[in-house]
Amino acid sequence: MDQTVTGPTDIAGSLRRIRADFPILSQKVHGKDLVFLDSAASAQKPRQVIDAMADTMRTQYANIHRGLYWMSERTTEAYEAVRDQVAAFLGAGAREEIIFTRNSTEAINLVAHSFGSLLKPGQVVLVSEMEHHANLVPWQMLRDRTGVELRVTPITDDGALDMDALERNLSDGRVALVAITHMSNVLGTITDARAIADMAHAAGAKVLFDGSQLAVHRRVDVRALDADFYVVTGHKLYGPTGIGVLWARREILDAMPPFLGGGDMISTVSFERSTWASVPHKFEAGTPAIIETIGLGAALAYIESIGFDAIGAHEEALTAHALKALGNVSGLKVIGTAPDRGGVISFTMDDVHPHDIATLLDRNGIAVRAGHHCAEPLMHRLGVTATARASFGIYTTPEEIDFLAATLEQIRGFFV
Amino acid sequence: MAQDDLYRTVVLERARTPRYAGPLTGADRHGEGSNPLCGDRVKLQASVDAQGRIAAVRHETRGCAICAASADLMAERVTGQKPAHVSQLHAELVTTVETGIAPEGLGDLSVFAPLHRHRSRIRCAMLPWSALIEMLNDDKDR
Repeated sequence: MDQTVTGPTDIAGSLRRIRADFPILSQKVHGKDLVFLDSAASAQKPRQVIDAMADTMRTQYANIHRGLYWMSERTTEAYEAVRDQVAAFLGAGAREEIIFTRNSTEAINLVAHSFGSLLKPGQVVLVSEMEHHANLVPWQMLRDRTGVELRVTPITDDGALDMDALERNLSDGRVALVAITHMSNVLGTITDARAIADMAHAAGAKVLFDGSQLAVHRRVDVRALDADFYVVTGHKLYGPTGIGVLWARREILDAMPPFLGGGDMISTVSFERSTWASVPHKFEAGTPAIIETIGLGAALAYIESIGFDAIGAHEEALTAHALKALGNVSGLKVIGTAPDRGGVISFTMDDVHPHDIATLLDRNGIAVRAGHHCAEPLMHRLGVTATARASFGIYTTPEEIDFLAATLEQIRGFFV
Repeated sequence: MAQDDLYRTVVLERARTPRYAGPLTGADRHGEGSNPLCGDRVKLQASVDAQGRIAAVRHETRGCAICAASADLMAERVTGQKPAHVSQLHAELVTTVETGIAPEGLGDLSVFAPLHRHRSRIRCAMLPWSALIEMLNDDKDR
């Protein structure tokens, strides 16, 4: 990335250059320019990521951590360098606290299995009403395996976390872990992670944040948040699929048993018994996603080259613009109006079904998500079966949002 | 806006003002289908005559325009038919949405042919049919 776009400047001036980095944005869909408004599901990839992965396979690929030859050593260095990058990206205290997983879902499952195995019946895992299935189902499975209690903290009608209810839910002192999203994939709500962590710790609980959405839009500092666990996924961070990250405090990771067994995670193995490698390798069994990890490194470098000041300013302006433009569409209702929110906007439009909206937008080149967004309990809470959702990335332009609003108005005319 | 031949007048009309919606008095068959991916749901009620023909069928559909129109057109089309013919229609519709080519005689059901270019929506049109086939098969198992 050209260094001239670095710094806390408005991203808008650099938008043309940023868009040029994403080859897919020049594709046509049904003969129309692609308007990609589904970055919250998975973001598009810049050529820097594509090239880093392809170059690795072209020039130096080999398995890591075991080869005694040049290619393996170079690839090991490249892979482990990404661990340093991620540690810096998340503000981690040590590189050993970075565990590579397949995605956020696997990171949460790792915690549910491994940390979860240390919990006793009667202890409580506390989630919120606006969790993605990834931060709900693993805890239900843990509950069914071990007899821990699963407790759900409600949200307010505007889609914010009900902090008073959280306090009440923590008050019996039985909560061992609070597992809550840092930014809702449906409502765009950004939760007050530091306040949640303080409340959890005061009640003697550990706290896990699902940062899958937030880490794309704002700087994460796990130590400033006073988190105990934090999970992110690479494919929403403009990186490849198949690579995610679990960060946790070193002392917690040391106390946790391994998740998966196999190569790379051991210290010694005999038929009688095995001993475990130290962290992070204790939690990274088998050949990891080497190429994807290197791709994630390129993605983080790309994000850092733009900077979160510029990304944040761009997104704030886009979200304000979108809420205004969509608010002018007849019959359109934005779902989720929490005061602190990011560029993920769910909506309904009269009784036009979100699937019909999505298909007709697609015919105009506009990609949005429609459905329950892997958050069925939240849909019930909101009293809807599905919503349409537009979400923004660093390449999204105000003109694309205007086109979305105009097309929605036309679609409504089609049905109503 | 790009017009879409999938959302033709018959689809929009049947979704907006269905002719076969609601409960059926004297129904002796009940079926239901739902799509966990989107929350759409179709409830079916039918009565079958002494010859095994579907005498009447009604649907209660909570879903998109494609699903609702499909349920209504299905109800119209299968009325008076025996299960074997329903299975044949179902098979023809599957081929139609997969290939985009409707066999002769498919009538109004051929409006769903453009679904072959919207593969993620095929299940919307097929949900009422799956519920119907399941309901008729349950009947056989009795």
